[in-house]
Amino acid sequence: MKRIDRSSKVRTGFHQAKWDEPIIYELSTPGERGILVGQPEKAVAEEVEGEAAIPAGMARNTKLNLPEMSQAAVLRHYSRLAQQTLGADVNIEIGQGTCTVKYSPKVNDQLANLVREYHPLQDESTVQGMLQIFHETDKYMCEISGMDRFSFQPSGGSQGIMTMASLIRAYFKDKGEDRDEIITTIYSHPSDAAAPHVAGFKIIFLQPDPKTGVPDLEQLKAVAGPKTAGYIVANPEDTGVYNSHVKEFVDYIHSIGGLCAYDQANANGLLGVTRARDAGFDMCFFNLHKTFSTPHGCGGPACGATGVQKDLVKYLPAPLVGFDGQKYFFDYETPSNACAVGKVREWYGVAQVVLKAYCWIRSLGPNGLYQVAKTAVLNNNYLFKKLMELPEVSAYYEDGHNQRVEQARYSLENLEKETGIGTLDIQRRMMDFGMHYWTSHHPFYLPEPMTLEPTETPSKKDIDEYIETLKYVFKEAHEDPETIKTAPHRSVTHQVDESEMDDPAKWVLSWKTYLKKCE
Amino acid sequence: MKKLGLIINPIAGMGGSVGLKGTDNTAAEAFRRGAVPRAGDRAKAALSELLPVKEEILVYTCPGAMGGDTAEEMGFQTVLRPGTAAAGAGMESDGASMDAGALPESLSATSAEDTRKLAEWLLSEKVDLILFAGGDGTARDVYQAVELSSPCVGIPAGVKIHSPVYAKNPRAAGRLALLWLTGKLSMTQEEEVLDIDEEQYRKEHINTRLYGYLRVPKEWTLTQNKKAPSPLSDAAAMESIAYEAIRQMEPDTYYIIGAGTTTRGIMEVLGLKNTLIGVDLIRNKELVANDLGGKELLSYIKGKRAKMIVTITGGQGYLFGRGNQQLTPEVIREVGKENIIILATKTKLASLSGRPLLVDTYDEELNHSLCGYYKAISAYGEATVCKVAEE
Repeated sequence: MKRIDRSSKVRTGFHQAKWDEPIIYELSTPGERGILVGQPEKAVAEEVEGEAAIPAGMARNTKLNLPEMSQAAVLRHYSRLAQQTLGADVNIEIGQGTCTVKYSPKVNDQLANLVREYHPLQDESTVQGMLQIFHETDKYMCEISGMDRFSFQPSGGSQGIMTMASLIRAYFKDKGEDRDEIITTIYSHPSDAAAPHVAGFKIIFLQPDPKTGVPDLEQLKAVAGPKTAGYIVANPEDTGVYNSHVKEFVDYIHSIGGLCAYDQANANGLLGVTRARDAGFDMCFFNLHKTFSTPHGCGGPACGATGVQKDLVKYLPAPLVGFDGQKYFFDYETPSNACAVGKVREWYGVAQVVLKAYCWIRSLGPNGLYQVAKTAVLNNNYLFKKLMELPEVSAYYEDGHNQRVEQARYSLENLEKETGIGTLDIQRRMMDFGMHYWTSHHPFYLPEPMTLEPTETPSKKDIDEYIETLKYVFKEAHEDPETIKTAPHRSVTHQVDESEMDDPAKWVLSWKTYLKKCE
Repeated sequence: MKKLGLIINPIAGMGGSVGLKGTDNTAAEAFRRGAVPRAGDRAKAALSELLPVKEEILVYTCPGAMGGDTAEEMGFQTVLRPGTAAAGAGMESDGASMDAGALPESLSATSAEDTRKLAEWLLSEKVDLILFAGGDGTARDVYQAVELSSPCVGIPAGVKIHSPVYAKNPRAAGRLALLWLTGKLSMTQEEEVLDIDEEQYRKEHINTRLYGYLRVPKEWTLTQNKKAPSPLSDAAAMESIAYEAIRQMEPDTYYIIGAGTTTRGIMEVLGLKNTLIGVDLIRNKELVANDLGGKELLSYIKGKRAKMIVTITGGQGYLFGRGNQQLTPEVIREVGKENIIILATKTKLASLSGRPLLVDTYDEELNHSLCGYYKAISAYGEATVCKVAEE
């Protein structure tokens, strides 16, 4: 029998699962049902008004337009769609720079299932175990960051930043000071500007020094003043470059009466290494779905755990979870300042996400968390060194050192100049090998950007496979650029006509609009 | 049938290959030094992208080297400009700009004036798109005839390509034309027509000027300026900046509105007539005067409260000295550094990759005094800190 040749690390035979699956409305058959709901018993029907109780102005006057399908048809439809994803469980997640996509242990999902039937209105005495987990996770997060108290209400990274902006607003409102400017940096996450803007602040961006990649202090001093309410930044920034002078920035903002907030979305290389409070920050947030492996919710369940130093605890969203020595309870008193943020989400946050983060922290312990950071940094710098050996790849901001923390933003400008193949072309082609690849937020601040973050999860073998695949695609760019220009070829969706995203006349935002535009 | 206008400047790019840094007024010398015409080949590469739909396209052009030869050789149906000879459009040229001496006849009969006349004819024929091969000088000629009346795409073939009206390579120009003519693209963006003074350039002095704007179909992976995520977001960013600048306006204060599309946004939001590549003056959100020179500006603002709203022009991050020379050192001094308001989209700032904004007012002392950090308005309620430096 002929032995299968596995000498190449590049999966040239990959093809993503693809079903010729219509959208669910097209599968609808009038009259078909998944569940046949029985008629109410006569005694019940006589006791309640039913539809008649709905005020006329609130009742629908058209039939509810839902697809009509059997249970089997629904199951088949969604199972097929589920196979058409390129999720974290089926590919080597190195290409999603800044997203910190790591392996999330399945045992934590199993444990989280234990609380899925809990109802937020249950009496405290019946959910003591879950409240204990909230309380202890709070303590762990305080130890990791140096802060004094955490809220788990924000249900995503941007909501965590929004909560920090709201805390800054609450603090100055309480002090009676009119400050309305937030300072951030170009390479911090875009939400560090967007969220405080939504919260009513004006935004000032600091630009990176072309050599070091981080702003210099003089720039901050030139624009910070009596209207400065806060400084919200990520560190390392999305380039993977760490601003080692950040404490000087924090001290300066404090000297003019402002507050400092740390976006810890890029904290995976910092666990057990640095702490936000030790650098003087007044507050910070962690994405439990990134660094703490809960995992990403794709816009769904997540947690932007937000912590503050003790003077700001009174402004946190309510309730917190307290412990009186005997029982755990919802604490509405501690964050009861008249200017406090109030609620930022219904109930208390996503309990299952907090439970999974708790399990992850407990399974690793302090040394394990430190090991996560060390391995993530080592993996990233191994990848960085290997990629920088390729003529197609370069990196900016190498002033005096070439180390990055847990991720790196590269540039493919050499490749683009030589072959006409740019980073967006490479992004599409990498899909043909079952791999993600990320460019940068818009607008591109560096030419032809490529942002990669291996985390602590992949093995050396995995990283080498990713590098070999990139090299294979770069070679194609020189020898067969047309294949890359027309990629992807082996993905679920082939090349998308991007003009349809730009032109409002071509937008279809709902099924109804689709039908209308097809008329 | 779609109508495609084609203009080839057959001498474009010849100077560069023999070290002349441009072909304006030097084509004969370039030819003597052994340069070969290459614009036709560049145009061919672009047109090859249109071959799959060539039966659905009529190419409007001149006979000969300015387009007819290339289009017909590739099998396109052509409509040739009447009254022009096969050598080019030289029959009508006044010949003022050519030193035809040693050039072959097929090239010597073409001139900048021919480019302009062909472009005017294409406009009168209501073509769907003008595809032109050349360099910055050619873009200037096309702009003079077309302005914003027709969508255009440049095929890069010249020595100098500073203008973002050009696609990033000939094939990309062809693909852009294909997308436009087949209806897959429907939005355009105004892009700068820039050029440098070639006499100065040959002496190693780079002096870029903004001549105007052309409407270019926008597909950001195919054009030179590809940093904007979409024309929609760039247009929205400019409008957002305009609203912020207007929000900050103070009563009874003169506002000098500099050249450029970003500053023009203010005038459009206020519903005022404006000069795209000139300088306008407003007060209390009403127009005082359009298209003023330095002395006229000074006569209005001398001794009065005045501010100046400027943006980056000239493609290399210039705040003063490129495309807005009306803002003389005297005007800038009268307004004062603290009253300079900078507008810049984040896309434009990103294109500088952190390099400082430059000032070149021909007054070294003033240049020096203008250096430092500024808060440039980059969106409604947003500013980006910019460093201003001398060249």
